[in-house]
Amino acid sequence: MMMEKFALRSRILLAGAAMSALLLAGAPAGAVTPADTLVEGFAIDDIISMDPGEAFELSTAEVTGNTYDLLVRLDLSDTSKVKGDLAESWTVSDDGLTYTFKLKPGLKFASGNPITAADVAYSFERAVKLDKSPAFIIDQFGISGDNVTEKAKAVDDTTFQFTVDKAYAPSFVLNCLSATVASVVDAKLVKEHVAAVTPSADYKWDNDFGNAWLKTGYAGSGVFKLREWRANEAVVMERNDNYFGEKAKLARVIYRNMKESSAQRLALEAGDIDVARNLEPNDLDAIAKNADLTTTSAPKGTVYYISLNQKNPNLAKPEVRQAFKYLVDYDALGSTILKGIGEIHQTFLPKGVLGELDENPFKFDVAKAKELLAKAGLADGFSVTMDVRTGQPTTGMAESIQQTLGQAGIKLEIIPGDGKQTLTKYRVRNHDIYIGQWGQDYFDPNSNAQTFASNPDNSDAGKTKTLAWRNAWDIPDLTKQTEAALLEKDAGKRATMYQDLEKKILDTSPFVVIHQQLEVAGLRKNLKGFALGPSFDSNFVGPVSKE
Amino acid sequence: MSAIENEGRRGSARAVALASSLGRFLVIAVTTYLGLLAVTFFIGRVIPIDPVLAVLGDRAPANVVERTRREMGLDLPLVEQFYIYVKSALHGDFGTSVLTTNPVMTDIRRALPATTELATLGTLIGALFGVPLGVLAAVRRGSLIDQIVRIIGLIGYSVPIFWLGLLALVLFYAKLQWVAFPARLDVVYEYTFTPITGFYLLDSLWQGQWDVFYDAFRHIILPASLLGYFSLAYISRMTRSFMLNELAQEYIVAARAKGLSETRIIWGHALRNAAVPMVTVIALSYAGLLEGSVLTETVFSWPGIGLYITNSLQNADMNAVLGGTIIIGSVFIAINLLSDLLYRVLDPRTKSA
Amino acid sequence: MSADAIQTRRDWLLSERPASRMQARLGRAYVAWRRFSANRLAFLGLLIIIALLVVAASAGVLAPYSPTFGDLKGSRLLAPSAEHWFGTDDLGRDILSRILYGSRWTLYVVILVAIIAAPIGLLVGTVAGYAGGWTDAILMRITDIFLAFPKLILALAFVAALGPGIENAVLAIAITSWPPYARIARAETLTVRNSDYIKAVQLMGASPFRIVLRHIMPLCISSLIVRVTLDMAGIILTAAGLGFLGLGAQPPLPEWGTMIASGRRFVLDQWWVAGAPGFAILIVSLGFNLLGDGLRDALDPRSGDQ
Repeated sequence: MMMEKFALRSRILLAGAAMSALLLAGAPAGAVTPADTLVEGFAIDDIISMDPGEAFELSTAEVTGNTYDLLVRLDLSDTSKVKGDLAESWTVSDDGLTYTFKLKPGLKFASGNPITAADVAYSFERAVKLDKSPAFIIDQFGISGDNVTEKAKAVDDTTFQFTVDKAYAPSFVLNCLSATVASVVDAKLVKEHVAAVTPSADYKWDNDFGNAWLKTGYAGSGVFKLREWRANEAVVMERNDNYFGEKAKLARVIYRNMKESSAQRLALEAGDIDVARNLEPNDLDAIAKNADLTTTSAPKGTVYYISLNQKNPNLAKPEVRQAFKYLVDYDALGSTILKGIGEIHQTFLPKGVLGELDENPFKFDVAKAKELLAKAGLADGFSVTMDVRTGQPTTGMAESIQQTLGQAGIKLEIIPGDGKQTLTKYRVRNHDIYIGQWGQDYFDPNSNAQTFASNPDNSDAGKTKTLAWRNAWDIPDLTKQTEAALLEKDAGKRATMYQDLEKKILDTSPFVVIHQQLEVAGLRKNLKGFALGPSFDSNFVGPVSKE
Repeated sequence: MSAIENEGRRGSARAVALASSLGRFLVIAVTTYLGLLAVTFFIGRVIPIDPVLAVLGDRAPANVVERTRREMGLDLPLVEQFYIYVKSALHGDFGTSVLTTNPVMTDIRRALPATTELATLGTLIGALFGVPLGVLAAVRRGSLIDQIVRIIGLIGYSVPIFWLGLLALVLFYAKLQWVAFPARLDVVYEYTFTPITGFYLLDSLWQGQWDVFYDAFRHIILPASLLGYFSLAYISRMTRSFMLNELAQEYIVAARAKGLSETRIIWGHALRNAAVPMVTVIALSYAGLLEGSVLTETVFSWPGIGLYITNSLQNADMNAVLGGTIIIGSVFIAINLLSDLLYRVLDPRTKSA
Repeated sequence: MSADAIQTRRDWLLSERPASRMQARLGRAYVAWRRFSANRLAFLGLLIIIALLVVAASAGVLAPYSPTFGDLKGSRLLAPSAEHWFGTDDLGRDILSRILYGSRWTLYVVILVAIIAAPIGLLVGTVAGYAGGWTDAILMRITDIFLAFPKLILALAFVAALGPGIENAVLAIAITSWPPYARIARAETLTVRNSDYIKAVQLMGASPFRIVLRHIMPLCISSLIVRVTLDMAGIILTAAGLGFLGLGAQPPLPEWGTMIASGRRFVLDQWWVAGAPGFAILIVSLGFNLLGDGLRDALDPRSGDQ
């Protein structure tokens, strides 16, 4: 009997399941996001901390740029300059060592606390003392945990003084101060959340400057305030009504972690998100054709390159280095795999930065490359490996390069790996060839020049592990030249010095720079005021509104 | 998905072994845990990914990397690291996930219900359709329906789950728009809805939020149906074989001789007796779905334990990998024990013995 | 050959009282073959596998294009047509050619995993079953540990530790697939361990090593073969799963799982890039499943339901 009931019940359940399937079929298609909320599909799985003193990731930069303020910010109308953000004005002393900033009056944090020069000083102090990844941007001015309270100090409530160790080009100092590590935090709020730490040889201070709390917390004054970050899931920002400038038009911005381009496109088409941020060329094409959607793009300070480890005797030959530059099919890559997401760009300084040289001398030329290889005594080619992080566009580029190298007799074995895995190998110089990207650490030519064109100590124990070091490229002359460019006060002369460096790198370096990244976004047409900025921390969402 | 079938085979062999005594089972459980710990730990240490990079991100300068390595105790001898590892794991402390900055247990508490909800619904669908199909196939043995059930089952064993999921996604989401995009809820609800247990379908019902329930249903139905299909392939096949076994028994012949209706014989008597081994089969299929959900969760961006482990593994976040693996391992062992107990309770023969 | 001759040979094979051990063995094989070939689906499975072997052997002749070189500019993501039956992929390579060559890698993985995992399982199982006591307990605990691991995750972890590449994928899958074989071999060993036959061999003074190797292992082999064949589809699917998660073959190897992974990005507009390799996997693993089923029914009538 019981079993009969069971059988009957299972029939009812079956019928129920069938009914719900029918209901489903009739469901109205297409969702709409709320009118006061901007929803962006964005690969935010690189975020590891929201503390501006610690964060150095590209997606974090966008959030920090929208939620924190700086003394000075990149001037979007001329990116070779900066403009005041919290600072109303600033002066540089005659000896070029002391920078004095005057704050705007009546500024407030999102918490309601007033913004004072003491907050600025504390922000510098904690960034330097925490000594996390981005701290070197401030440290390079001769600042350390021991002297930071002297070198970055509040003179009075609205006057902040920053002292550097050499008479650097002022453009260099100010550009560095526009980096997110120099974001101003709410000292009063942070101090409520500091945790005690036992000092050690590696960390001399007795508290964590609120780092543990600020990893997921918020103490800023930006146009938006950070409501929450859920790792690998979402970042939620809300309008900051205490913001000193023009208030945000929308009440809320949600970045939803979506890794796949196709998934972002689907969600955008269905109206589940308003903006898709990691689109690949084929999806970008499809979106451009859709009447409800549109696309926008902006060149970013990130260049993609392949680099040849000079520890490999074949790759160390100058002719081989040169031959590789002729063995990339730039045109084919630009019109397919990189279409819409990258611009062919062969110099190491990206567009928009002071001193950028707009020259692409290399073309795909197998005959020329073979000639060079023959000169190097490698007419029959050779075998070599390349470490490639899985994902696009690197894998597609690597496979294309594998084919073009093959035409000149170079047999390339691709070693795919997760980003962290290939990077681990690259950092200890164990690769033959590496394909990767380099994003500027701060918006100044020195950021890229230092890594591509300087290598103070090429030994394995070398402390400054620049890209030149990682590829064991020993270049004492270029290193000196790079240092000299830092101290040139005249911006025009400084630009010429960098252009000279770029030419030398083009000719001799083991770097084959292929393209500069174009950041793209697909968006719904009802969005107004959405624009991507020239750097990752200037993708401002404050002006965005919905119709 | 023959992984499930393998589970079944190894599982039933194990069920017999486990039946011997509970004490022995505990010994097995403890040694297995220690083994899990050891294997995971040593994989984590030989993996050619620098765990420091997981903490610091890709762009950290060299001096910071060196300092963090010391802070994380990665410069200690391996044996000492393992000792620290086991000691805190035994206290239920799996450490902090470097990827999410949360304690691993917190992450798991959020991810596990997602996986469980999916696997439960999948098993329900599988059992709901698989049992009747299996019974029908056994009763009409050799008929067209038997052949069809057999082929449905075989395809289920043979098709790559991620591929089928991909195609289903294109058809039902992209083209037909019958189901919602790969996630647990629409973005709108994700920040307005506060789950209690983490089982969104139950939570929304409990709170009377019908729109949330409908939305959650639209998100879960496709991946659940997919898992359900694989579970169905296994369940229908096993049901068929159990039913054939029962239908050949003498008591069925006797029942027929007594003139009982065929429906009653099949659904009342034969299925009732076949139900005993079926419990084990369904439980094993459930366990199989739990651990087999890695690929499905990847395709459907389902924030469950499988996706959590894969993500962590790729980032050398070994605390998270260890925690996730131990949890899946223990759920697996627990289900085996439970199905074994159920088997004893339900089966009159083992009870009297 | 006359009908009479066939008749008598059949009688000889099916004789109730075989005159020699050879005749008995052949007779059993004949019965099994008859049962197997009467099963149309199993026969279909055999045909699929034979076709796979033929394709793999002659991929060089059959494939119309190179599996690794394509014209990035000229033939990227073309739809199926007379020139490219299955279309082209994102690097302009002919998908049909890649699938034909890919069959080699599928076979390579399946065969290698079977060759590595089955003997390990056989050895562990027979030794544990025959020795008993502590040896048994320790070996079976190790087996349990490997069984308690989520299989795909363990394979993932091993590949991550060993580095990418198809050889390492094979190794990782083999490491995760021997435990069930060990259990089967142990169970079989336990049933024969106390048989008169083994007792007799023991009395004749054979060493345990010899007994396990010469007398117990052969008895386990037939059930192991059935199990391995049934597992082959699972091995293919696991390998494809690893490939899909980006841990399988290195580019530009045309491994089917990796092909699906890279075709995933184009599945909305260019479904054939991911569709074709997935279908190939489906057909081949269906073939192995059908064959395995037929083998089980034919060799082991107890578990069969035909």
